[in-house]
Amino acid sequence: MKVLWLQSGGCGGCTQSLLCHEPRALFDELAGAGIEFVWHPALSLASGDEALAILEDCAEGRREFDVLCVEGAMLRGPRGSGRFHLMAGSGKPLTDWVQRLAARAQWVFAIGSCTAWGGFSASTPGNPLEACGLQYDVDTPGGLLGKGFVSAGGLPVVNIAGCPTHPGWIVDTLEKLAFDGLTAKDLDEVGRPLLYAEQLVHHGCPRNEFYEFKASAEKQGDLGCLMENLGCKGTQAHADCNTRVWNGSGSCLKGGFACIACTEPGFEAPGHAFQETPKVAGIPLGLPTDMPKAWFVALAALSKSATPKRVRDNAVADHMVIRPSVKKAGK
Amino acid sequence: MKRIQLGPFNRVEGDLDISLDLDEAGQIAAARVNSPLFRGFEQILVGRKPEDALVIVPRICGICSVAQSAAAAKALAALAGVTPPPNGLLANKLVLATENLADHLTHFHVFFMPDFARAAYAGRPWQAAIAERFKAQVGAAIGPFLQARARFFGLTGFLAGRWPHSLALQPGGSSKATTAAERIRLLALLREFRAFLENVLFGAPLESLGEITSFDALNAWAQGRNADFPRFLAAAGDLGLERIGRATDRFVSYGAYEVFPAGIFSESAVNALETAKITEDARSAWLYGDEALPPAAGETRIDADKPDAYTWCKAPRYGGQVVETGALARQLIAGQPLLRDMLARFGGSVSARIVARMIEVARIIPEMETWARALIPGDPFCLPAELPESGQSVGLIEAARGSLGHWLSVKRGRIERYQIIAPTTWNFSPRDATGQPGPLEQALVGLPAGEGALPTVQHVVRSFDPCMVCTVH
Repeated sequence: MKVLWLQSGGCGGCTQSLLCHEPRALFDELAGAGIEFVWHPALSLASGDEALAILEDCAEGRREFDVLCVEGAMLRGPRGSGRFHLMAGSGKPLTDWVQRLAARAQWVFAIGSCTAWGGFSASTPGNPLEACGLQYDVDTPGGLLGKGFVSAGGLPVVNIAGCPTHPGWIVDTLEKLAFDGLTAKDLDEVGRPLLYAEQLVHHGCPRNEFYEFKASAEKQGDLGCLMENLGCKGTQAHADCNTRVWNGSGSCLKGGFACIACTEPGFEAPGHAFQETPKVAGIPLGLPTDMPKAWFVALAALSKSATPKRVRDNAVADHMVIRPSVKKAGK
Repeated sequence: MKRIQLGPFNRVEGDLDISLDLDEAGQIAAARVNSPLFRGFEQILVGRKPEDALVIVPRICGICSVAQSAAAAKALAALAGVTPPPNGLLANKLVLATENLADHLTHFHVFFMPDFARAAYAGRPWQAAIAERFKAQVGAAIGPFLQARARFFGLTGFLAGRWPHSLALQPGGSSKATTAAERIRLLALLREFRAFLENVLFGAPLESLGEITSFDALNAWAQGRNADFPRFLAAAGDLGLERIGRATDRFVSYGAYEVFPAGIFSESAVNALETAKITEDARSAWLYGDEALPPAAGETRIDADKPDAYTWCKAPRYGGQVVETGALARQLIAGQPLLRDMLARFGGSVSARIVARMIEVARIIPEMETWARALIPGDPFCLPAELPESGQSVGLIEAARGSLGHWLSVKRGRIERYQIIAPTTWNFSPRDATGQPGPLEQALVGLPAGEGALPTVQHVVRSFDPCMVCTVH
């Protein structure tokens, strides 16, 4: 399976993250699955005219490829000209290249939240770069390719959202496609592969005991649950960050900071400071997915009253101050 | 005179276009460096709460993500008047060093070395061996390197949750307090990476690199040594890359890890860094403002139809002068004898920039081992940082690619101005208001290019390890 990769209004972090693939080195993993890059801006030898010839051949249908991966927001400005990113050497807006290549691709993958939804500019008042995603304007279908776009393989844009994406989300989606095919049933309502987006970040959260008892962190570094005070959206964010884990052992929650829901459309402008939880009458807005508010409030009151001292004290310290007690045999 | 365009100039971070004027002999008479992508982060930050910068700025760059976080955290810490506790400083230093060293090595293996595998070098005594190891994506060195890199980034899994784009670096320290069990794992990961470097990259103990004090001694050391850095030295020596790619031989560093001092290096002398001498102008950028302004008063307003502009990058200058930044700058300012010798003999060059990165890798891993051992689980990692409603501050740090500065102004609890000068903004700056070309533009003049020329230009451009997405923040 042949993959053609382009980058535009993004930070390149999804490619950098992809290079962290484990346990097998990225290129070995892909080659083993019969997946190769036709061209990748950060990784291929071909430069300048050689690279342009490859892209031109792909765009004109003279060279076959299967998957178009685009990394970075589509920049349509200033004033619709696309000049915020003219692809080097070609003098043409990158948005033109994406439109031409998407028309030839069997499948189109949006790599990262910028590409899927439009990135920080699209969520800034006035959208200074006139940015959009491949098939979304933040959370509204549309974007560069339009609501009705379907690639030759029969799917709309596959949104591998995340900021950045986990290397496994990209590699596993490519391998799923290569070996089993990919259908609409494999994607959620906004085009994200279910293989990572059917879970919530909350699942497998290492702070789960603190969540159960609503034992909340109060300041940066505290071990407690980050939902009540420090802006955590893990109970609403679709991704498997705490079961798949990052860089060998990590996740945002393990790193001591809130999930900012970076796989969700519009995460860039939450309407409050990222590391603070907005509240009405002391109750956090944005309660867990699928949970009626009254239940949550009742449950929270109950569990707070039942919190063991160990959990309450550890929640507001940056290291464990009370260990779980050890019972003697037979007691 | 003939003009050629080298783009897309790939295997750099981001998109890059270079336009070259060639004389009759096929040599470069003038170069113009165009950063063709605009990111607009300085606009995106205005109006946000200052602490939101910690979420936003790492997303400027996927390869210098932690460096951007560190600069913002430092600016916010200055604004709050807080100094992180020792554990917080150590943890954040470890995370930044992990990124910086990984960047040096990603540059070497993935971006820089594949050019020596080009067919243009067929028949050179070193070419077959280098092609076998470094051919893009399939070379025998690439897989083991990527695996070692992924394992090394395991440090960030423990210390910062993940890489890139962590929120662990806070003004008051680190949001992640290392446990005693994790500290053992950090030290094990460092040992594992040291083994890769000593066995595969250097073919020698890390500490022995510091004993090499001259270019001649370096070449003698490399002779017949079965490792990748010596392989580079053999190819570079054959091509004379120690004499190619000189810019202005003036260098800036803001100082790194309390190991490498801040300063300005020119004419074999180090002078103190005076931040008041830093200015930026937008003469050649599609932005308003031809006047050189200090970044604390800087502006970023789009002027897409500006005549004679050719890039989205501004031109930072130090006291009006063109300066280079990066690992070479840090090593020269720190008085590293090997790099001082190379500069005295040949001036700045492709080889000097690569050697400086490798020397830095060998120098900093032992430091990282010391920092990890010095972590005291149970002691605080983070202090509260109360931000004032209004104020101005600066965060200056060293990213892998050199000096990174964030100039922050807060008014009534919101960001009023946020100006950033990234390392590649210095190195790949365009002509300034007085017409002086930037460092790379100067480094390319006189080199062969165009039809039939060796890929010398490719080596010079990549020797700076450009990060274009930072450049055009």
